[in-house]
Amino acid sequence: MANQSIRLRAGGAVARRQLVSRASRYFFLGATVLGVSILLFLGYETIVTGASRLSLDFLTNYPSRFAEKAGLRPAMFGTFWLMLITIFTSIPIAIGTAIWIEEFAPRNRLMTIVKINLANLAGVPSIIYGILGLTIFVRFAGMDRSLLAGGFTLALMIIPMTVIASQEAIRQVPPSLRDGALALGATRWQAVRYNVLPNAIPGIMTGTILSISRAIGETAALLMIGGFTFIRFDPGPNLVDFADPAAFLAGLNESFTVIPIQIYAWSIDSRREFQANAAAAIIVLMVGVMALNLLAAVIRERFRRN
Amino acid sequence: MTVADPGDMNEALKKRQFSRPGESVILFVLTLCAAVSLVTTVLIVGVLVRESATFFEQVSFKEFFLETEWQPLFEPISFGIWELVAGTLLVTFWALVFAVPIGLATAVYLSEYAHPNTRKVLKPILEALAGVPTVVYAYFALTFITPDLLRPVFGADQVNVFNALSASIMLAVMILPTIASISEDAMASVPRDLREAAYGLGATRLEVTIRVVFPAALTGIIAAILLAIARVVGETMIVAIAAGSTPQLTVNPFEGVQTMTGFMLQVGLGDAARGTVDYQSLFAVGMMLFLITLAFNVAAHFFVRRFREEYE
Amino acid sequence: MRELTAELRQGVTIPRPERPRRILTPDATAAERVQSEDPIRQPPEDAVFRLQDVGLWYGAKHAISGITLDIPVNRVTALIGPSGCGKSSLLRCLNRMNDLIPSARVEGTVEYHGADIYAKSVDPVEVRRRIGMVFQKPNPFPKSIQDNVVFGAKVNGIEGSSREIAERALKQAALWDEVKNDLKMSGLELSGGQQQRLCIARALAVQPDVILMDEPCSALDPIATLKIEDLIRELVKEYTIIIVTHNMQQAARVSDYTAFLLAQEHGLNGTLIEYGPTNEIFTQPREQRTEDYITGRFG
Repeated sequence: MANQSIRLRAGGAVARRQLVSRASRYFFLGATVLGVSILLFLGYETIVTGASRLSLDFLTNYPSRFAEKAGLRPAMFGTFWLMLITIFTSIPIAIGTAIWIEEFAPRNRLMTIVKINLANLAGVPSIIYGILGLTIFVRFAGMDRSLLAGGFTLALMIIPMTVIASQEAIRQVPPSLRDGALALGATRWQAVRYNVLPNAIPGIMTGTILSISRAIGETAALLMIGGFTFIRFDPGPNLVDFADPAAFLAGLNESFTVIPIQIYAWSIDSRREFQANAAAAIIVLMVGVMALNLLAAVIRERFRRN
Repeated sequence: MTVADPGDMNEALKKRQFSRPGESVILFVLTLCAAVSLVTTVLIVGVLVRESATFFEQVSFKEFFLETEWQPLFEPISFGIWELVAGTLLVTFWALVFAVPIGLATAVYLSEYAHPNTRKVLKPILEALAGVPTVVYAYFALTFITPDLLRPVFGADQVNVFNALSASIMLAVMILPTIASISEDAMASVPRDLREAAYGLGATRLEVTIRVVFPAALTGIIAAILLAIARVVGETMIVAIAAGSTPQLTVNPFEGVQTMTGFMLQVGLGDAARGTVDYQSLFAVGMMLFLITLAFNVAAHFFVRRFREEYE
Repeated sequence: MRELTAELRQGVTIPRPERPRRILTPDATAAERVQSEDPIRQPPEDAVFRLQDVGLWYGAKHAISGITLDIPVNRVTALIGPSGCGKSSLLRCLNRMNDLIPSARVEGTVEYHGADIYAKSVDPVEVRRRIGMVFQKPNPFPKSIQDNVVFGAKVNGIEGSSREIAERALKQAALWDEVKNDLKMSGLELSGGQQQRLCIARALAVQPDVILMDEPCSALDPIATLKIEDLIRELVKEYTIIIVTHNMQQAARVSDYTAFLLAQEHGLNGTLIEYGPTNEIFTQPREQRTEDYITGRFG
């Protein structure tokens, strides 16, 4: 008996192998922590640099030659209107596409092409969407370097990823709900409208919000269509314009800047004091992006429980 | 129930062409939505092909692919794509040098070592990192990595203000979530019994990971790396801000280089007049970029499918 | 029977019983039909469904083949057979639910009150509203009990207040007394047996004349099963019911006619082996294979 227990204790080669294996845990853990801590550290640096600049004035001032006076106001208006245009154009199209693929598309080559095409479109670099927007919206459609042109460009950019996320959400709905409705004599659309969509909506919303958070930080595509201009007014329609469609549309035709473009402009400014402005703008942008991510996570968790 | 007359039943079961007009309108609208993505592709390819065709009327293929000088803006004008491709390659190479080992080690930790609860906390954090706008990474590269890390360590006389390495480091941070997350998914879907068989033969955890899990998940891991490469090659802001705008053939990561995307942004920002060669060079370079990223994406999807076939 | 299954595994095809494809002429009398020695005895009653040489393919896989069968009106007809014999697939042919599987293809004719439901001019939605279906696993919608029952009635434009429609159908499904105070409660909060009766109520509210039941009790406990079986006997006074079951006692308890299907050639290709009044099938089957299955020697 005693002999047995001695034999089971690791010795020699086995002990060495076990030691290496146990040590490897800390190596892999270290690598994991490294990635996360680099980001935490950079976040800390940004807050330290930007906090001094962050104030109400920073949010309400126009850009200026003087770093302390320069603010984010037009960029925030620009981001707001741009996101509104992007949301209203991309989301209906994306959800419609996802419904078509999952529920209506004939299972033939056309559908395969559409699906492969979407996967590839999702991987097209944003700057290519930028030249597409520049050629089609800015030049060909004569929209100039306007909010509309920017919003449409971003919409085209996020449609593929929104479609893919929505498809995933629709596929999560148990087929028994669809079959149950169809067996009761519901039409295809009735089954989708009353049984599939209500249950897919949380997943669709999560995916959509994540796409929007991608669009909100997009810089290259907007710089391509010419969003890099010095703007000292509030882009987009004013409050009073809501009553007047012509004025509203005119507002959407204004040129614009957005928060990420402002970050770019301040980052590359040779005057070092503007770095604090860039950092402060990054804090504002990240608060927005994180709020969107949090919202998506909350929706996901909330509905998972039900 | 009475049995209906067959004629009546035939009539009753008929498709009613006009009883549900809403249905066909809806189907039509949905089909239109789906067409948008096809039209987008056609437009992208159409725009790139048309404008690059005009470019190649003025600049020969021979010059584009065989010259080594990219100097579109001042005399002597020369359009040799290789300096831009080399810039992209250099930046991508160093990004992978950092991101692949760290990303894979993270994936291994999450999949093979971490307690399920730890994994549940770490993985969403990791995936949230993928949502950081790249202009933010670009700012870090320019204002932190170069002045506070690279120059103090390697010497200010060695490291250019704009250098490939600072861009690569931030690109690596950018793709870390992609590599770690997809590889982790791949490792996690390696069947349990493969692992148990190895443990049953007396292998340690590390040996199981390296000899069994890693090879079994290899196609998935390759897919992750290919997707990451496509993202790095297509990324604009980080390289445009941090890597500089000097097209050159160099392997020294401390020097500034210009990538394909960096050049495109430069043309987009400068008001190159429509119809000039330098404006059209934007599309020729865009075409190259599109084809390269497409190739990597297609390859990645091929490996994803291979992996699914193996284990699902 | 062991030898037979072994043969099946070896891929030996089993010769089909020597018999004419369809020995009964339409003008054969009821007595002639019963006296025939053919294991397939079409019922003398009026038929709701007449299946003529029905086959079903899933892509290249032949799921069922050559099924010729009359389903009598106001009777419970049970489809039995080992798993994979195609009984559920056959059921789904009857209300064109197989349309939803892209690779599925049906051959032969399925006549419903004399009308071919696979004719080009036929709208599957019209078929399904007349032929209700209850699934293997209770699948109430994640809505209130009342909304569950009313859903099918509303999409089909049936008149009446939601409350009345729900009450009528729930009473028919023998669920009313248990839920009448909780009509706003989610259907998912009911027990499994109640959920299944809710699904039956949901089907009844559309006012079908046939109800297809695909192993409706397989997910239920014995008491809930008994309740459903009682309900089936109650409902057959007004409806034609076709039930798929792998439980032979259940088939014996609830059905008037029983059809026995068997898969041949490695689980592909389900065919009808024997069909007739339930008591005859269970007491004096004409086919050896039916007897073997019923006495539990395989399956």
